[in-house]
Amino acid sequence: MAHAAALAGGGRLVTRPTGPVRWAGAEPFPVAAAQQLEKQEQRDTLRRVTHHIRDKRAAVVSERDDWEELRRAGEQIKTRVLRHLDTYLEQAEKALTEAGVTVHWARDAEQANYIVHRLVAETGSEEVVKVKSMVTAEIGLNEYLAERGITPVETDLAELIVQMADDRPSHIVVPAIHRNRREIRDVLAEHMPGVDADLPDDPAALAAAARQHLRERFLRSRVAVSGANFVVAETGTLCIVESEGNGRMCLTLPERLISVVGIEKVVPTFADLEVFLQLLPRSSTGERMNPYTSLWTGATRGDGPQDLHVVFLDNGRTQALADPVGRQALRCIRCSACLNVCPVYERTGGHAYGSVYPGPIGAILTPQLRGMGDKVDRSLPFASTLCGACYEVCPVRIDIPRVLTHLRAQAVDHERRRFSRVGERAAFRLATAGLGNDLLYNAGLRLGLPLAHAVAGEDGFTGLPLAGARWTDSRDVVRPPRQSFRAWWKQQQDGGET
Amino acid sequence: MRQAKGVRVALFITCVNDAMFPDTGKATAAILRRLGLDLQFPSSQTCCGQPHVNSGYPREAISLLRRFVQTFADYDVVVSPSASCVSMVVEGYPRLAGTSGDATLQADVAALVPRVLELSQLLVDRLGVLDVGAAFPHTVTYHPACHGLRTLHLGDRYERLLGAVDGLTLLDLPGAEECCGFGGTFSLKNAETSAAIVATKVDDVLDTGAEVLTSSDNSCLLNVAGALGRRNRAVRVMHAAEILATTREDGESWRTRLPSLAGAGS
Repeated sequence: MAHAAALAGGGRLVTRPTGPVRWAGAEPFPVAAAQQLEKQEQRDTLRRVTHHIRDKRAAVVSERDDWEELRRAGEQIKTRVLRHLDTYLEQAEKALTEAGVTVHWARDAEQANYIVHRLVAETGSEEVVKVKSMVTAEIGLNEYLAERGITPVETDLAELIVQMADDRPSHIVVPAIHRNRREIRDVLAEHMPGVDADLPDDPAALAAAARQHLRERFLRSRVAVSGANFVVAETGTLCIVESEGNGRMCLTLPERLISVVGIEKVVPTFADLEVFLQLLPRSSTGERMNPYTSLWTGATRGDGPQDLHVVFLDNGRTQALADPVGRQALRCIRCSACLNVCPVYERTGGHAYGSVYPGPIGAILTPQLRGMGDKVDRSLPFASTLCGACYEVCPVRIDIPRVLTHLRAQAVDHERRRFSRVGERAAFRLATAGLGNDLLYNAGLRLGLPLAHAVAGEDGFTGLPLAGARWTDSRDVVRPPRQSFRAWWKQQQDGGET
Repeated sequence: MRQAKGVRVALFITCVNDAMFPDTGKATAAILRRLGLDLQFPSSQTCCGQPHVNSGYPREAISLLRRFVQTFADYDVVVSPSASCVSMVVEGYPRLAGTSGDATLQADVAALVPRVLELSQLLVDRLGVLDVGAAFPHTVTYHPACHGLRTLHLGDRYERLLGAVDGLTLLDLPGAEECCGFGGTFSLKNAETSAAIVATKVDDVLDTGAEVLTSSDNSCLLNVAGALGRRNRAVRVMHAAEILATTREDGESWRTRLPSLAGAGS
């Protein structure tokens, strides 16, 4: 870290987002979720939009009778890449270099931000246009550049809205999902220079206003920053998929293009794109094909940016790779299908996760990238009912419920000595002892049930004390029976009934 | 359809049913006996350990896994009226045994797992039965519990079994495949979110207008019934086994004979 701090020049860590991945001021998930649940308008919007996308996805996926084969192919390609990541990264570096691209390596957010800032500052430009990218949000690049006098301009419409409102994205593909059309109109009317104050809130008018605003910036910016959906190791080709075409503007108009790429984004061959370009649009936006797919292999003389850079970023990825169960999270292609089907995400929205990566994938990715040192990160693997809807839709078959329970055990181990966990562990040990002992188990049922039956009364338990209140605040507990099944079984066996 | 001579069938009732829903266990036994099976209930069975694993205490669950293996090792078929507990055994036990470092245990688990079946798997796949001789003249809606739907892939087995019940009208549950929000300790650790999820399930159940809500898992029904009861006490909640056990002779007395989740137990 001393090395990174020295590289960054001032030694002061960027605090927004805190370190990599997460936001400052984030609360543990249960607390943050309870706050978000209060926002009824947001909940209505989330429900409407997630259901719309999930239905579209289901429709286009059902068209493909080879969908399961595609998922398995996606899984296998990514698994192979992760198994031989060192080889593929070196191959990618070689191919990129041969294509005339300058390759940089960043161990963490600090180094990546430092490199990107230096590359922008060299040009003398005080503004960069940005292609929507998760990885630059992960490293807090916008804040880093802004603190150094460079204005980052998000060009994805939803990211632009979030940026203008000084808000945070709440979805991987639809970052302003938590805002409805009227709110978006208000944001643009207030923050977009020179916009018509009577801007109507219909989508065409909003898009037209944003187009006008962005077009000026596309034409004047000399530097663009992007991420990448895929990097082909064999050819050194970068690939970005998008819907609006604003990314294409950033990738073609400026002179210098800097692409920050997570090291897990490599695919071995050009032909592998065939699999992912089918999986990704169907999974993310419910489209057979996304409107814009940009591929570039080095510079083309006289056409597009002539000065190309790739910054490969680790930022916790090799740490995740070291975990045999958890590493499958690195297969993620950021499609958001898991968010759109998650019963938890649908209610709480993305802000409750306190991270650039929300939803089920965020719940397994954030604590793996950041480690378990913080209670907010440790709360994330518990933010799931384990219903399995995420695994069912994941285009690269990440078994998210399995990784969640795996990480829960890590979180518990980490809190071994905390008072709350000491009590919980004691309770589970006690339960195991009781459940593992015939005498205790039988006696518990024989003595406990009649008592519970009597105390509960006709309506069951409607108001339990202590932790039980967490249940009875919204639900009753049905009345326990007088007699257990085993007692009944023994009775009828003894009585000779059949 | 009849049991081959010498086939040993054990009931894995599960701790939740043992303690809270004995009627589900009785119903399971009644259906299988009606089909001619000779059943055993090995009394050393307790809990499968799923709450431990799902809460981050897998090591505390290993002794329960060993107990399960010892309890059921000698049976040819182990049948349970809980998709969730069967999922723990079928999917969770091989993983858990893998972390134990005990090769014998791993082999024992691998040998036992294919013999552990959820009730509808035994009825439909092994016994080839859809009509179990039940009669239930009521409107019913079915919530496919997540573990049955997505881990065991039970598909429409219960819909087909319920569809063959004399007099029963099955009403589609909107958003049936969506989780009820229970999630074991999730319902306590993230109580507000859990309550928000189950509220939608209750809305959907009430929208069907069905007299009865049923499922393959009483843990999910415990959650939905607890929330449903505060909105509408008229909708009855009962495990699918209890419906499949009801015969013409039980007639209209089902309300008192099978008090189910809201009632006085046995």
